[in-house]
Amino acid sequence: MQKEHEVAMAADSIINWSLLSLSAPGWGGVLLQGFLHSIQIAVGGYALGLLLGVGGAFGKLYGGPVTRDLLECYTTIVRAVPELVLILLLYYAGTDLLNQLLGAVGFGAVDISGLMAGIFVIGVVQGAYSTEVLRGAIKAVPAGQIEAARAYGMSPGKVLRRVTLPAMLPYAIPGLANLWLIATKDTALLAVVGFSELTLVTRQAAGATKAYLLFFCAAGALYLALTLVSNIFIGALERHARRGFVEQR
Amino acid sequence: MTNETTHALAFTPEDLPKGESFLKPHRIVLILFAAALIVAVAVLMRWDWLPRYLPRLGWGILVSMVMLFSTSILGFLLAVPLGLVQVTGPWYLKGLARIFCTVIRGTPLLLQLWLLYYGLGSLFPQFPAIRHSFLWPYLREAWPYGVAALTISFAAYEGEVMRGAFAGVPAGELEAARAYGMSRWTVFRRIWLPRAIHRALPTLNGETVLQLKSTPLVATITVVDVYAVISKVRQETFLTYEPLLLLALIYLCLTGILVIAFRYFENRIPTRGV
Repeated sequence: MQKEHEVAMAADSIINWSLLSLSAPGWGGVLLQGFLHSIQIAVGGYALGLLLGVGGAFGKLYGGPVTRDLLECYTTIVRAVPELVLILLLYYAGTDLLNQLLGAVGFGAVDISGLMAGIFVIGVVQGAYSTEVLRGAIKAVPAGQIEAARAYGMSPGKVLRRVTLPAMLPYAIPGLANLWLIATKDTALLAVVGFSELTLVTRQAAGATKAYLLFFCAAGALYLALTLVSNIFIGALERHARRGFVEQR
Repeated sequence: MTNETTHALAFTPEDLPKGESFLKPHRIVLILFAAALIVAVAVLMRWDWLPRYLPRLGWGILVSMVMLFSTSILGFLLAVPLGLVQVTGPWYLKGLARIFCTVIRGTPLLLQLWLLYYGLGSLFPQFPAIRHSFLWPYLREAWPYGVAALTISFAAYEGEVMRGAFAGVPAGELEAARAYGMSRWTVFRRIWLPRAIHRALPTLNGETVLQLKSTPLVATITVVDVYAVISKVRQETFLTYEPLLLLALIYLCLTGILVIAFRYFENRIPTRGV
């Protein structure tokens, strides 16, 4: 048959590129779907992490003693325990707790989507990292600027919005950019809990076709492309945020 | 990665609590609360499996530690030329080193690990030359792939750090050494490398803590480290939280010990005006 002949021809060459084709016999579409899931989780987790980070940084700098100590425990544990272990713990504990909570309220158990769980898990881990990054950035803002804003009679919220956040941004962007790159790579760890993001999908495709090198290299190229494209945007953002700064070498 | 980012990701000596700071009233209350929580966990959860698995856990911790130190040392040995070449090397070596660092830092470690283990591991048996070489008994095991992946990853991250450290050594010091009539190799050995390592030391320590956090990934390619032992416990006892909590505690302790050791060594190195 014609089709079998084609497959045999393709197998003859060293690399069987047809395995990467987007339609059904090829796995390209599946890989791209996994890549999309990875990006979704990275974006969601990063955003959640930023929210937690802003809260955490302000709590650590201006909060009461108990708040500070609890936040210290949070960041210490996340920074000292491997992400893989945290992801497993949060994945099971998070879904369990939510189900018990819903059960107590009387809603009955729900099936939590892997996407939501993944975003939650990556977000909690990223939250600790961005707490530390943002805390360092806020401390780098000259205290006089914040004091001057207070002296003008601005409320704490207004000081935050008009002075602290914009002034700390140039200091925070390099660290936050690194955190984004880490978030994209940490999504790969969700493969261990069975969420079908790029790395797990790649492994399934490779296992099914035995073309391990081809698929892992293809996935690597996708991750690398994401990093390189991100780097272009990060560079532009950094230049924008640092305008007016004395150029350092 | 900058020093600040490493600090944000890894627990560092500055984060260690100071002894006298525990005696504030609100901390005593918090500590009592934490103690009550620990007692509750110990009493209310099932820990009867623990004695049976203790020896295996000990072995697992040992494997994790061996992985950590061997890959950190090997990775550092690779990182020195990687960093040096990017500062002074010819353009083609510079480019190669840059590409290496970018590719490794731009892809997840888990993917690299699986690429080596499943990809190369499935490729090697096809070559009779490799199957008959003395390396074959090792290449059939999982740990060489784990060591290779962790080493390469550490080298790429550390190569960037060493590049910055080499570039940051004041040119005057190197010129002074040259003026003393030292050869290029002596300058490197006596001035450039020690000064660069000194500058990079805090980041290096932070990266080593990060490396400890990467070691459990080798469990996904069947290396039996402490994470794999805990996974085994979970499979055999059908418990979810107890083994994972113990694992988190083990890693907390390991990180703590590592950081305390680093602080001890950092304090022993005389520093002036850095």
